[in-house]
Amino acid sequence: MNDAATPARPSSAGASAEESAPLLAVEELRKHFPLRGGIFSKTLGYVYAVDGVSFTVRRGETLGLVGESGCGKTTTGRVILRLIEPTGGRVLFEGTDVFGLGKKEMRALRRDMQIIFQDPYASLNPRMTVGSIVGEPLAIHRLAKGRAREERVAELLLKVGLRPEHMKRYPHEFSGGQRQRIGIARAVALHPKLIIGDEPVSALDVSIQAQVINLLAALQEEFGLSYLIIAHNLSVVRQMCDRIAVMYLGKIVELGSGENVAHDPKHPYTEALLSAVPIPDPTYKKKRLILSGDVPSPINPPSGCYFHPRCPHKRDDCAVEAPALRDLGNGHLVACHYPLNEPGGSTPKSELLA
Amino acid sequence: MNASPPLLNVTDLQTHFFTAEGVVRAVDGVSFQLREGETLGLVGESGCGKTVTALSILRLIPDPPGKIVGGSIKLGGRELLELTEAQMRKIRGNEISIIFQEPMTSLNPVFTIGNQISEAIILHQGLSKKAAMEKSIDMLRLVAMANPERRVREYPHQLSGGMRQRAMIAMALSCNPKVLLADEPTTALDVTIQAQILDLMLKLKEELGAAIIMITHDLGVVAESAQQIAVMYAGRIVEQGSAKEIFGTPSHPYTQGLLASVPRLDRAHHQPGQRLPEIPGIVPSLYAVPEGCAFHPRCQYVMERCRHDDPSFYSVDSPAGGEEPSNGQHAARCFLLSDSP
Repeated sequence: MNDAATPARPSSAGASAEESAPLLAVEELRKHFPLRGGIFSKTLGYVYAVDGVSFTVRRGETLGLVGESGCGKTTTGRVILRLIEPTGGRVLFEGTDVFGLGKKEMRALRRDMQIIFQDPYASLNPRMTVGSIVGEPLAIHRLAKGRAREERVAELLLKVGLRPEHMKRYPHEFSGGQRQRIGIARAVALHPKLIIGDEPVSALDVSIQAQVINLLAALQEEFGLSYLIIAHNLSVVRQMCDRIAVMYLGKIVELGSGENVAHDPKHPYTEALLSAVPIPDPTYKKKRLILSGDVPSPINPPSGCYFHPRCPHKRDDCAVEAPALRDLGNGHLVACHYPLNEPGGSTPKSELLA
Repeated sequence: MNASPPLLNVTDLQTHFFTAEGVVRAVDGVSFQLREGETLGLVGESGCGKTVTALSILRLIPDPPGKIVGGSIKLGGRELLELTEAQMRKIRGNEISIIFQEPMTSLNPVFTIGNQISEAIILHQGLSKKAAMEKSIDMLRLVAMANPERRVREYPHQLSGGMRQRAMIAMALSCNPKVLLADEPTTALDVTIQAQILDLMLKLKEELGAAIIMITHDLGVVAESAQQIAVMYAGRIVEQGSAKEIFGTPSHPYTQGLLASVPRLDRAHHQPGQRLPEIPGIVPSLYAVPEGCAFHPRCQYVMERCRHDDPSFYSVDSPAGGEEPSNGQHAARCFLLSDSP
């Protein structure tokens, strides 16, 4: 079924010059939230929400960050935008160290980096009209006012599949999918270079989800946008992304092209995630790998490889030594001592998707 | 296929909500049958009436503004709509029970898990408190909860999402119900935990023989759990049939669109960079359901008569029939299937 070779997207082709300088480079990013308790709010420990995460987003590329709740994917997105201050590590946006910027410079940078939130009900101010919600970034950055701003907002609304006359209305008058379109119009208003989408379609109905996925793809082509898509749904990420990074307990355990990660996973956790996805085809009976137990607490992570207590392939040294993320060739990175289908590695326990 | 008599027989169910803005026909003439040991998948998007259908079966519709205004719900031979509230209480949690989507909001935070499971056991089976607690531990063991003796004394906040859902299932199954209504039972859970819970429900169904109505928006979940499927749109069932028929030869344009628009891991033709097929437009507001076929404004095959005539069910396999198809047969409410479209 893999007949269609990895399709070269127009945007990612001809990027040879940019290859050396990615748009976004995240290096050893850390965010530890202190856990306080007792009468004097003493620090009792830390939640290791993001614990040494490194990846790059190339120009025109879509990178997916997948994982289950609590794996640190949302925190990663927010720290990159400095909506949460980091504990350690670096984020380079076009070579500029984002964490070294002052308030003013940060504001200027936010023109280039925008975010789309998951919940279109909670993320739009209910007291603002759609026109002022979408026009606000233009006002803040003093890019357009009066008639010009109105025209620009009307143009943006058309771009995302809404109508200019919607400008006068309030968010509650719109459905979930339409609200998400408003959030998208606001995010693209400043022609950003990077948009971080935090579960951008997971609150939407199936038929609306496809519309929004297609809209994001169309905007990417038109504006040459790069996306960092944070999501828990592997099928959605596979559809939207060129490369996929899988997170578990604050670390990236696997990173590679969508094709490689979805069809030739190297980390047992990725295998389990893929195997758990229900396939909408009742004739398709697959050999399932069902993990036992829950995700451990990021307050007190297990020793060695964080995944070892749930791993069906674990060997003795997995509990002792934490595996580093290493390149198996062609940009397929894995943090596992015994990667699947590799010499000296493990044999998959489930039937992988062809 | 239709050998055993139906356990639950819902006929022309009408549940309406009378609000200041007008009448909402949340469920508008829904009929289906559920047989022993069978799982029926009730699929649809938000607002299609799938949850209201389940709440109507349990007669848990808030009145006012809601009211079951017509139809019949028969469990065995008994008409549930004619029972008194006291009689109905003996059915809820006993013969028919329900699992909700959000285990955090549907469990009571101030009672222990054991307390909540034993409540139903004491009420319906007349066991002593101590015996009920013993049974609660057994139930937790049945749903593969680790450490049931300890968990039974814990409060909901001490459990993870997956464990809470296991506790909900234990509670729902504690009185051996004949029918289990599962309303988005895995939607709030992570995929690896969802796989555990679906696997568990499948095993328990085989062990206990309960019939399940699986209510979900996730086509993957129904494909893996249901034998019969009913697809709902704007308060009505628009297509029904076996899982194989619905996924193999979807016949209502809405079902076809829904199946095509799901991103899939197993389909190579959904290569990244390719656009997903989409259904244009939005789900209609139930305050203003379009005239004729409710789907016609979004339908790519719309014909003149779809705009004012309301299609009834047409059999998919023998289109010549035209009349109301028998239950369990693959049928869709669409004029494309009638002999004179």
